[in-house]
Amino acid sequence: MDPIVATTVSVISAATPLLLAANGELVAEKAGVLNLGVEGMMLVGAVSGFAVTLITGSATLGILAAASAGALLALLFGLLTLGLMANQVATGLALTIFGVGVSSLVGAGFVGTPVERLPRLDIPGLSDLPVLGPLLFGHDALVYLSVAMVALTAWFLGRTRAGMILRACGENDEAAHALGYPVIAVRFAAVLFGGVMSGLAGAFLSLSYTPMWVEAMTAGRGWIALALVVFAAWRPWRLLIGAYLFGGVTILQLHAQGLGLFAVPSQVLSMLPYLATILVLTLIAAGSGRRRLDAPACLGRPFRPPA
Amino acid sequence: MLRIEARPEPSRRMLLATPFLAVLLTVVSGALLFALLGRDPLVSLHAFFVTPVSSLYGLGELGLKATPLILIGIGLAAGFRANVWNIGAEGQLVLGAVCGGGVALWFWEVDAPWVFPLMVVAAVAGGMAWAAIPAFLKTRLEVNEILVSLMLTYVAVLLLSALVYGPWKDPEGFNFPQSRMFGEAALMPPVVEGTRLHAGILVALAVALAAWLWQARTLSGFALKVVGLAPAAARFAGFERRRTVWLTLLLGGGLAGLAGLFEVAGPIGQLVPQVSPGYGFTAIIVAFLGRLHPVGVVLAALLVALSYIGGETAQIEAGLPQAVTGVFQGMLLFFLLATDFLIRYRLRPVARRRGAEGG
Amino acid sequence: MTLKTTRRTLLAGAAATGALALPGSRLLAAEQVKAGWVYVGPIGDHGWTYTHDQGRLDVEKALGDKVVTTYVENVAEGPDAERVIRQLAASGNDIIFATSFGFMNPVIRVAKQFPKVKFEHATGYKTAPNVAVYNARFHEGRTVIGTIAGRLSKSGIVGYIASFPIPEVVMGINAFTLAMRKRRPDAQIKVVWVNSWYDPGKEADAAKALIDQGADIITQHTDSPAPLQVAEERGVSGFGQASDMRKFAPNAQLTAIVDHWGPYYVERVKAVLEGTWKSHIIWHGLKEGMVQIAPYGPRVPEEVRAEADAVKQGIIDGTLHPFAGPIRDQAGELRVPEGQSLSDEELLKMDWYVEGVQA
Repeated sequence: MDPIVATTVSVISAATPLLLAANGELVAEKAGVLNLGVEGMMLVGAVSGFAVTLITGSATLGILAAASAGALLALLFGLLTLGLMANQVATGLALTIFGVGVSSLVGAGFVGTPVERLPRLDIPGLSDLPVLGPLLFGHDALVYLSVAMVALTAWFLGRTRAGMILRACGENDEAAHALGYPVIAVRFAAVLFGGVMSGLAGAFLSLSYTPMWVEAMTAGRGWIALALVVFAAWRPWRLLIGAYLFGGVTILQLHAQGLGLFAVPSQVLSMLPYLATILVLTLIAAGSGRRRLDAPACLGRPFRPPA
Repeated sequence: MLRIEARPEPSRRMLLATPFLAVLLTVVSGALLFALLGRDPLVSLHAFFVTPVSSLYGLGELGLKATPLILIGIGLAAGFRANVWNIGAEGQLVLGAVCGGGVALWFWEVDAPWVFPLMVVAAVAGGMAWAAIPAFLKTRLEVNEILVSLMLTYVAVLLLSALVYGPWKDPEGFNFPQSRMFGEAALMPPVVEGTRLHAGILVALAVALAAWLWQARTLSGFALKVVGLAPAAARFAGFERRRTVWLTLLLGGGLAGLAGLFEVAGPIGQLVPQVSPGYGFTAIIVAFLGRLHPVGVVLAALLVALSYIGGETAQIEAGLPQAVTGVFQGMLLFFLLATDFLIRYRLRPVARRRGAEGG
Repeated sequence: MTLKTTRRTLLAGAAATGALALPGSRLLAAEQVKAGWVYVGPIGDHGWTYTHDQGRLDVEKALGDKVVTTYVENVAEGPDAERVIRQLAASGNDIIFATSFGFMNPVIRVAKQFPKVKFEHATGYKTAPNVAVYNARFHEGRTVIGTIAGRLSKSGIVGYIASFPIPEVVMGINAFTLAMRKRRPDAQIKVVWVNSWYDPGKEADAAKALIDQGADIITQHTDSPAPLQVAEERGVSGFGQASDMRKFAPNAQLTAIVDHWGPYYVERVKAVLEGTWKSHIIWHGLKEGMVQIAPYGPRVPEEVRAEADAVKQGIIDGTLHPFAGPIRDQAGELRVPEGQSLSDEELLKMDWYVEGVQA
């Protein structure tokens, strides 16, 4: 494979977990809920997906298990923040701590055992094309799902009535309630969706990216996903740019090291993805004039059903 | 049929009772969890809650661990009240450690009383400078401070690493990533013999007291509350949003930088690649558990510190795997957050009515 | 004085002996020893910490009832480490193994407060009457695998996934390069720093990048099997690190450097049992079995196996020195003339790279 093609394929892989998790969180935040527990949900998804795939031999069951695990943790979050109106920031952080612990506990017996990588798409003829083959037709299901979900989310939020209701709950919950929309239920659904997507992101890590289970294997990707939602100014298509930018710079700095291009300490090169994200967002903000890049107005605030 | 009803004002009784309720619920669930894992529940709970505070050294450790949490928590609480989301306190802590530590290393052979104050100034300035970046970008370009402050955290840690592996490496340190040990003049003065507790705890408590007074009494404190609750009204009343953003971010950054200095000039005694086990993030939890109130922050900091230390003790005394301590901590936090509900709301039975709607 | 006994009697068995164990009145030889381990990572890392824990389990197997072991994992280097080490000492452990460089200063400080407890620090350089230092000559293993790489690489480019530029890692890179270039003078070793001991995703990315740049052999100084997994998938070969990673790369793994701490730990715990423990600084390698070479993989042909075995034997006999001159550095300067070799002191401080390394 041509090095440039190979590198691009690596970038696509690196961006996928970020994209899946950020996509889920974006929907939750659009509905007005800030869930900082992405890292925890990703990890329970990773360990569940791995464990079930290992035990049953079926990757499909594993992926379903991962989605369910993420949803389960999101359910807990929903009960606390939407049911008991607990503070969302603190609950999300608690969720991360809990999720890390639970996943380590459950996964203890699975360390040191490999599992078969998710099967890659293999269309005779198309997958063998020199450049387009590996680039477009050589990925596994979750990669395609990540991009498809972005499109689906954009369509749902922008073009459907349900999506409009969801956005209304995030922008002005009291008005939405007055119009008769079930704000709490909508938010709950959005949070569960976020959990499912984070779980799938975790499954991608443990079943495709590095098919193994190790403690805390998300290595902070959940936090990057949260930042990417902000970067995308809560717009789904922008998520693609953010995830691929971040993933791309991450991979490229490794290449730069391998080529011995810059005589700077490796830590400086490692800083590049983070600096690039800030820089690009600043440029976007500066260039867009005074266009609103604000979060959904009700983000993080609990909804109190008026008496 | 029960209905949720907001209380006209927070229940005093519940405010005091809920922490105990939460701890009780955690104890019960924890005991179940430990028993399920085949460990003695009583030994485990004892290790978590009692052992850490049953010796002078233990109490000192509690204060030592709570010090950075209080300092940073106060700064963050002020910001969160004003709806300014500083998620990068960890990075500001590191910058404070770098700047303060840098001064200590520059004057490592000097034994004079002005070294330490200079370190403090440098550390606070460093933390503030790091927080100034998100402040600038937010006030000038509406760039969200969550993203900027979070990304800068990673940059700060890498910067520290580059320094400690490179130009600031101890020439007599066998080429390991550590700076020289700080000289005597650059270390935190201890306060209790037989413990590692240093003057930092006094500073932290003083800061908490000052924050409490400032918040309760002065106009700026009131302004902070208003700006957070209703920016339009605040603007109308003349309080400037931009000034608030700068003020709270600089305050948060400065305090975090100070906390960083206290860590490297206190228990660590030098610069190393990892100067904080995540205090900047834990302080966010502390700020909210403390309900963004200085007194609450102090209490929450002590409780959270206890849960971390208890986790270590539980590994040693009860043989619990470290993962369980994470689960236990998560449960404690969940119960604390859940019981919060009882302070602000109450459940009222509603008589069933014929005809008209249900709930 | 008796806080210790309360905890001991709560723990399993040996209640009678526990009640009598006043500090200082213990006989030189003991009937039972309590041994504690402090880990910087999780035992589930399948790398550094995992192999230390295997060593601990070996101690349990070898000494049965005569030893009670405890461990604490995920202990961050820094202030927390000191507290954990102290707690292990205070809760009755007779010997404590601290398995990371960053625990050095905490160990020294705690050792002063607990003169009757024995401490062993891995990969450090500070000792005391009750503090010993132990280290493994991992670079000897690198010489062996460098030999294999020199014979089997077609492109002559090796991808080296490294964690941090500490002397141990630098030594490893150099030993590998020297051995490889003896067989393949034009070999190029490309080093990528992932700035972490343990991040499977990043390690995998680094491996992919290096393979994309022409490396057909991958080696690593990081802890997870991720690089080897990538190698297996891409059809290139590689070497396992710290433990045999064959399960993850049945074809790609040529062999692995295995850390084998068991025999050393058993020996030291026995010494405490028999009252013969003394402080020392040791640096064991292939000869003592602290470093082992895993069985060869299917891609290593007979004659290469024989050559690798001969190199291994030469190191064990002392006839082959991993750093025998002539050695030139990256700039081409002759650092070690023919007939001489680098001493242990020079190795422990190594901060320069030999010719052929691109770091």
